[in-house]
Amino acid sequence: MAKLIIEAGRSERQYWRDLWRYRELFVFLAWRDLLIRYKQTAVGVAWAVLRPLLTMLVLTLVMRVSKLPGDGISPLPLFVYCAMLPWQFFSTALSESGSSLITNSNLISKIYFPRLVVPASSVITSFVDFAIASVFTVFLLIWYRFVPPVNVLALPIFVLLTFGASFGAGLWMAALMVKYRDFRFVVPFMVQFGLYAAPVFAMTSKIPEKWRLIYSLNPVVGIIDGFRWSILGGPNELYWPGQIASVAGVVFLVVTGLWYFRKTERSFADVI
Amino acid sequence: MSEPIIAVEKLSKRYLLGHQTTRDDGLRHALEKMLLAPQQWLKNRKEQRKAAVEEFWALKDVSFEIQPGEVVGIIGRNGAGKSTLLKILSRITEPTSGRISIDGRVASLLEVGTGFHQELTGRENIFLNGAILGMSKAEIKRKFDEIVAFSEVEQFLDTPVKRYSSGMYVRLAFAVAAHLEPEILIVDEVLAVGDAAFQKKCLGKIQDVSSNGRTVLFVSHSMPTILRLCQRVILLQRGTVAGDGPADEMTRQYLNSGADRAAERVWDIQEKAPGDKVARLHAVRVKNKEGMVTETIDISEPFEIEVEYWNLQDRLKPTVSIHFTNEDGVLLFVSNDFVNPEWWSSARRPGLVRSRCLVPAHLLAEGQFFILAAVCTYNPDLIHVLERDAVSFQTVDHHDLDRVREKYARLWPGALRPKLEWRVDEIEP
Repeated sequence: MAKLIIEAGRSERQYWRDLWRYRELFVFLAWRDLLIRYKQTAVGVAWAVLRPLLTMLVLTLVMRVSKLPGDGISPLPLFVYCAMLPWQFFSTALSESGSSLITNSNLISKIYFPRLVVPASSVITSFVDFAIASVFTVFLLIWYRFVPPVNVLALPIFVLLTFGASFGAGLWMAALMVKYRDFRFVVPFMVQFGLYAAPVFAMTSKIPEKWRLIYSLNPVVGIIDGFRWSILGGPNELYWPGQIASVAGVVFLVVTGLWYFRKTERSFADVI
Repeated sequence: MSEPIIAVEKLSKRYLLGHQTTRDDGLRHALEKMLLAPQQWLKNRKEQRKAAVEEFWALKDVSFEIQPGEVVGIIGRNGAGKSTLLKILSRITEPTSGRISIDGRVASLLEVGTGFHQELTGRENIFLNGAILGMSKAEIKRKFDEIVAFSEVEQFLDTPVKRYSSGMYVRLAFAVAAHLEPEILIVDEVLAVGDAAFQKKCLGKIQDVSSNGRTVLFVSHSMPTILRLCQRVILLQRGTVAGDGPADEMTRQYLNSGADRAAERVWDIQEKAPGDKVARLHAVRVKNKEGMVTETIDISEPFEIEVEYWNLQDRLKPTVSIHFTNEDGVLLFVSNDFVNPEWWSSARRPGLVRSRCLVPAHLLAEGQFFILAAVCTYNPDLIHVLERDAVSFQTVDHHDLDRVREKYARLWPGALRPKLEWRVDEIEP
């Protein structure tokens, strides 16, 4: 084995190699979180479907009552579910990875490993929920006898985008929460309000043209648009400048998230 | 001599203390300052930090080298920098300056059971904990049976560890850690837990590890354990290396340096002292036969434990009770000043009371002892003061004559070492 040198600022160079060495830990942590997640629950993994499903039912009801048209063609529950699916993934991943360092503080203050493993494995755990909830989309499609357009082949791209957005934002929250516990309150708040800031109730095309690009800087906007475009098609067309802005937003989140996380990481054990 | 396996050069670690957390670290404050006067904030940030922050050097210019196969003890008082050193060696935190080079895989047991999850079963935790400690999945699988056998929890493997007794929990945790195969093992006081039999097993395991030519760094407060395991000891004092040499020499230096606070605790302000409306503790001291406060007692000499308290009333009759506990946490005995008939029958007046317990020579074995001091009244039984680990002291034994051990220089077991009278007769020639 190569000689290990410990110096101030030295860890930088060994970091990525270590990340590879600890890849099994990454899998184990995700596996642990999955095992624990639904222990001592009566319906177990069904929660992964129940949560977006119930939210969808409530939101559909709200839209019916307030006479919101959705996109006018596709069934309303489907219209809402296509937005709930990525939103639920994003919000769970954000809150789980945000608090992941705090909940694993005993590990952080006692053992060395690349800290990046912790929030990353939380995102993976939420992704499993997302995958289960996605299967339910298929049932909805069959129920409404709705055949998705060929665009559906592009769906993985948007899944990847959701992944990036929640990972980037999660990194920021995790690192900030170590130092400022205020973010323990900020994150639920963000998740709660984010739902209204995201285009769950209506198509983004309803937004006035001059605001639309700025609105799309919110990565979730591009993601939800993308999901609707791939699954529902029809009137849900892609607004290209907005898509590019959303992708830029995600890249920005991931890059700055990594930067900030790496910058503060070495003091985690001292501060936490 | 071969290449050292660990070389530490001028290692320092600085912590920023005190005001920083209250003044500079609050999010609200950071935002407030930035919003109210952005320019000022930017300009003053550096200066303010300098003024508000107090530096604390947990380690300062520490250098040493360790050869492969050495078992090195690290001793020092609380706050001497032992834990910081171990944390840097195991890469949990970064040094502020200096350099360490390590030539081999390091496993650190800073606390057994780190990363155990309450909800998971024993089996699941073995895998998880192994991965956290740096074992590969294949490696854990290979050693699984061995780990289970060592931990003696076979029949509970599929029970969540939250239902384990604390003894089982510790056994399983240590079993996982003990089966790591690092070139360098860093151990921090793991032996303070578990029952005596298991502790013995752990010590045996550590001895095995070292006799296999691997390097062990061992931090402990227990001098007997250090003496048993280590040939060489590094003594840390306020973040610097105060001594580095043979174990017996260093432990002696450590014990003798210790006329310090552990043997005396004084509460000057009555309102803040432990206690209630009946009595409040003023001081607890360990004194040798010359009446000097000391942390080191020779077991062949008598000594006394002195407790001073304020009696705040004249209705109840407070009495002092002290508990002697050894380093394994075993309560050795309890003594109470109501055995003094004069004092017990006398009327009480408010004021300061000194109660002294005289402990005869040749009673305790060598080791570390902790005193719990209490002030109680009876009928109804009430505890007014209860101070755990109020003071502590260490006992030493020498290998000269007129001792229980006479000329026997090896380990003499037992928590007590009374000098008893023996009568020996030859029955038949």
